Amino acid sequence: MSSTTDPRVAGGTRRRRRGPRTWLATLPLLTFTGLCFGIPLGAMAYGAVTRTEPANGATRLTGEHLARSLQGPYLDSLIGSVQLSALTALVGGVLGVVIAQAVVTSRSAGLRSAALTASGVLANFGGVPLAFAFIATVGISGVVTQLADLTAFGWNLYSFTGLAVVYLYFLIPLMVLVIAPALDGLRPQWREAAQSSGATGRQFWRHVGLPVLAPSLLGGFVLLFGTAFAAHATAAALVGGSVPLVTLKIADALSGNVLTGQENVALALGLDMILIAGLVMAVYLPLQRRSARWLR
Amino acid sequence: MAAMTPTTRYSDSARDTEAPEDGAPARTPARRPRRPRPRIWRGAVLGLAGAYFLVPLVASFVFTVHVPGHGITFEAYTELLSADGFTESLLLSLGLAAATIALSLLLAVPALVAVRIGSPRLRPVVEVMCMLPLVVPPIALVTGITTVLRWGPEHLSRTPLYQTFIAVQNEKFPVVLVLAYTVLALPFVYRSLDAGLRAVDVPTLVEAARSCGASWPYLVLRVLLPNLRASLAGAAFLTLALVLGEFTIASLLGFRPFAVWIVSISGAQARMSVAVSILSLLITWLLLIALSRAGTAPSTGAAAPATTSRKES
Repeated sequence: MSSTTDPRVAGGTRRRRRGPRTWLATLPLLTFTGLCFGIPLGAMAYGAVTRTEPANGATRLTGEHLARSLQGPYLDSLIGSVQLSALTALVGGVLGVVIAQAVVTSRSAGLRSAALTASGVLANFGGVPLAFAFIATVGISGVVTQLADLTAFGWNLYSFTGLAVVYLYFLIPLMVLVIAPALDGLRPQWREAAQSSGATGRQFWRHVGLPVLAPSLLGGFVLLFGTAFAAHATAAALVGGSVPLVTLKIADALSGNVLTGQENVALALGLDMILIAGLVMAVYLPLQRRSARWLR
Repeated sequence: MAAMTPTTRYSDSARDTEAPEDGAPARTPARRPRRPRPRIWRGAVLGLAGAYFLVPLVASFVFTVHVPGHGITFEAYTELLSADGFTESLLLSLGLAAATIALSLLLAVPALVAVRIGSPRLRPVVEVMCMLPLVVPPIALVTGITTVLRWGPEHLSRTPLYQTFIAVQNEKFPVVLVLAYTVLALPFVYRSLDAGLRAVDVPTLVEAARSCGASWPYLVLRVLLPNLRASLAGAAFLTLALVLGEFTIASLLGFRPFAVWIVSISGAQARMSVAVSILSLLITWLLLIALSRAGTAPSTGAAAPATTSRKES
């Protein structure tokens, strides 16, 4: 008893003695995030819900920009982004699990570390270089396109499907990274216990495996969704504007490629994105905590 | 009941007599196909995955060296150095990366150490502040930044702040990008450092060093930081990879670091843009492989979580 309370008392006095000084050390970080993260976000939110009259400079609250961001081509782009993200997250999630299971069950340490390192590397392979690698491979004059005459099959890289194939290139490794520890956490003893009580493989997965994995699977899906949803560089370098995506629409509005006065709609779209991404994180974090409870 | 069981068994074995090998090893055939099947299945899965991930890399390399009608040439690579804007944009990216790494570590290390040794109650605050940028897509952040930057000319032109607004947007070295990248890098830096600090018993180290008479600066520089070396390196590598590849913010704010430059030359020099893409990939990969090597280094678990920290990104 005394051994448990003593350190706590010591910690308490230490905190009281050093509290003010250590507290100061967190100030630069908190100030920085407040200024460089909080102010832009605040400005974005403020701009999304207000309108300044050019005539007299008066500012008033309005839901107009948000409403417009949910109409016409803007709504199409939001829906397009959500569809693309959901599709790629689903496909990437399933394929990622299958690959991770193949790697985890192989029991070869070399394969395992190679696969995990490669996944860590490939999951970071987003953005512009990825887009160009795919253009060189399966673009209009790409190497594989010409070798296999893909155009004859109706292949088009600069389309929804093409973009999905490119996104999977970094989403699948991301899923492998997320799910491999969870698959490791499925103890062989559980399977043995299920088998010796007469369960078939399918029963094991239905009643033991999947319930234990469920939070990690959902968490992985949500993480993939968020990553695909926020991706901009790959799409910008690849399709330019032929696929309706909210990130591309925002970029267009910001760089003045559309009518002037659309900046506030861009801000409203940004706010929409944050709301969706926030929702995604609100699902992800508790799930991650729950899976952590099982897999320690 | 007791009589029932033997009869069923007999009937089973009676059937078995027709195919004597079938009944006794009934389990083995059930199991035997199960064992080879995963091997084929696993081979197919890994083979297909390998093809999907390797083909674009190999094909892009072929694309850069093989000119239809001319054969093999390495011009795309040899002409790089003299290409217009290559060195400038690369140097700009490297400079931005160095500044971002320095700034993010300067901000995060003291805060995280302080939270460990003296202000545990601030911990959730620091964690949330560092993790929030994950929720905000870079493109949404950039809409906010452009709005703020427009305040300069619109509202603040008579105040000294205006000069600051001009200065942070200096073409030669856009500080505004460093600030934005630091925000984006904070989640990774936080995770890497947090994992490193978790593996070290900070309060004990601090107490031991203090009771041996170490001053606070000495303690931080000579005791804590060496213990965090691996996770500091991890944070720096991840930040470097992030800054080298960043496109969205820089292009929308109108600056031209490396990733923006690659896109700008892609129209006229497709081969070269792919060549640069391959090179930048190789560099990033070498960095990350070095990082995961450092993570699996024999000494401590300090850095192993540093690589896992990236997993959750």
